[in-house]
Amino acid sequence: MTPELFFQTVINATYAASYMALIAVGFVLIFGVMGVVNFAHGELYMAGAYTVVALYADQGFPFFLAVAAGLVFVGVLGLLMEFALFRPLRDNPLGGLIASIGFLLILQTIAVLGFGVRMENVPPSTQDKIVFLNGVVLTYQRLYVIVAAIGLLTALWLFLRKSKFGWALRACAQDREAAALQGMSINNTARLAMFIGAALAGVAGALTAPLVSPTPFMGHPVVVAAFIIIIVGGLGSLEGAVLVSILYAFVHTFVTTLYDGTLANIVGLLLMLAVLIVKPTGLFGAKERA
Amino acid sequence: MHKPENKSPNIVGFIGFVLLVVVLAVLPHMLSFSQQEILVLLVINVLLVCSYRLLTLTGEWSLAHAVIMGVGAYASALASKELSVPVPLAMLIGASVAGFLAFLLSFPLFRMKGFYFLIASFAAGEVIRLSWKWSDLTFLFGGPKGIKRIPPFPDFLTIDFYEPVNYYYLCVVVVAVSLLILYRVEKSRIGLTFHAIHWQDKLAESVGVNTFRYRMLAFVISAFFAGLAGALYAHYVGAIAPKRFDVEEMVYILIWAIVGGTATFYGPIIGVVALTILNEVVLRSLGVDEMRPMFYGAVLIIAILFMPNGLEGLVPKIKNLFTGPPKDGNRSLTPSQATE
Repeated sequence: MTPELFFQTVINATYAASYMALIAVGFVLIFGVMGVVNFAHGELYMAGAYTVVALYADQGFPFFLAVAAGLVFVGVLGLLMEFALFRPLRDNPLGGLIASIGFLLILQTIAVLGFGVRMENVPPSTQDKIVFLNGVVLTYQRLYVIVAAIGLLTALWLFLRKSKFGWALRACAQDREAAALQGMSINNTARLAMFIGAALAGVAGALTAPLVSPTPFMGHPVVVAAFIIIIVGGLGSLEGAVLVSILYAFVHTFVTTLYDGTLANIVGLLLMLAVLIVKPTGLFGAKERA
Repeated sequence: MHKPENKSPNIVGFIGFVLLVVVLAVLPHMLSFSQQEILVLLVINVLLVCSYRLLTLTGEWSLAHAVIMGVGAYASALASKELSVPVPLAMLIGASVAGFLAFLLSFPLFRMKGFYFLIASFAAGEVIRLSWKWSDLTFLFGGPKGIKRIPPFPDFLTIDFYEPVNYYYLCVVVVAVSLLILYRVEKSRIGLTFHAIHWQDKLAESVGVNTFRYRMLAFVISAFFAGLAGALYAHYVGAIAPKRFDVEEMVYILIWAIVGGTATFYGPIIGVVALTILNEVVLRSLGVDEMRPMFYGAVLIIAILFMPNGLEGLVPKIKNLFTGPPKDGNRSLTPSQATE
């Protein structure tokens, strides 16, 4: 591996880590607060990408307006899921998971009916790029994703640590009944968690739309990766999700570059199996939850 | 479309059995060619979903069942194509390889329960499925395109099994025998132990039941028949690919089991038959085949929200209309209770 290829792969991995962290943190937040494994999380990411396809590529609205619309739209989809599926099934964790599989199939079909099964071509919003001395390239399109991930995740971290809502959210994640006894509204915190979790997936999809050629089935590999990340990081650990996103993205990108993509997926899954067998609470998980 | 659950032979059960045999025998002749092909797949899917139910008896929900079906399909296809093993024997080899793989997978997987088992079974299944796709193993598994030109079931006397109707009869016989075995297992001491492990695993352990061994046994039997279903599929269709056994196929198995219900032996059969008929009759006549996932998704959500006992929960109610209230309560398990 030449030094140029090495640095280029590091940059590619940083970009992959950024959008995976956005997705995985939302996934963990929903699991932590609601106790539900949201299998449809990859399709929320897909919905974000298609918002950009519809508004930016087809209608010609400015890129960042389309990204903002994707954030709000997918956040509202999250609220819909909370209201229609997860609230009636609150005492039934497997039921929530199964209902989210149903929702996933519906979202996929809507995308197929609305846009067709073919790959969408989203033109880049900018041609600017940073060229380093040794010829390594970082396009602005990818830089947006990295900057957005750092900005949004820092904002989320401050929100959870400093604000009253954040305290309520974390309290609900730790012990729902006790939080309710203290006068916190379970429904409100659930809505908040669902909105934030879904919107993060939506923004990841919207920002990466020009880079990945959206299809209605793009969510599947993403949700598998998110699964690996939250299992390895420990269910319910936001910090673990961020750190393992970085770890996973580097391992995956380097194996893909050096060997091939299928082997990279196998390595990721074996990593998850190993963690499940040796330490089911994950590398950063504090307590048993299932 | 299920075997009558009679403890002692009686005249109603006998008439029901004869009717069932007559319907199964006559049915393909009333259908078009393409419907006959769907009927063959339906019979194979009945075995698939019933074998899945055996594992759920112990309280574990696996996400590897579609891949295990694929293991049976790949093993049988390779044995007959590359090693020239006679197809009927290859099918048994396929089923046995699937069962043996389940035996090996038991050691890591049954260290876990519930949600963790679900996720780990998914990961293990995906690793196996991706190895079929992996370019370094293309010489063996054919990569993403899979295996083509799998030898068909050989002619027996003058019966040509390339004809869907004849293959359908073959499948009905194989599946009926398999279901009988699954049924006997469930009603035996072993099956009762599975129930005990599901509801009271600590208690079962305390009276000397080796829960690991029984979980493994359920997994191996379940995998054997899933592998057999895969082998029946492979030699009928003639071509298999990794895509055919992916998580989407697994989702359909889950939907059939959940919509039908898993408390009774006939629940999953009702689920797969009802949904296949609805899918073929309603969606095909409307000409909206791409709506299929949405239809299944909506059915799944409606079932989990409003019908947690599945379609089988309706059976006693319909019976009551004719015979009055039942003598004993009909206990049924739902996925929600399964995790608690």
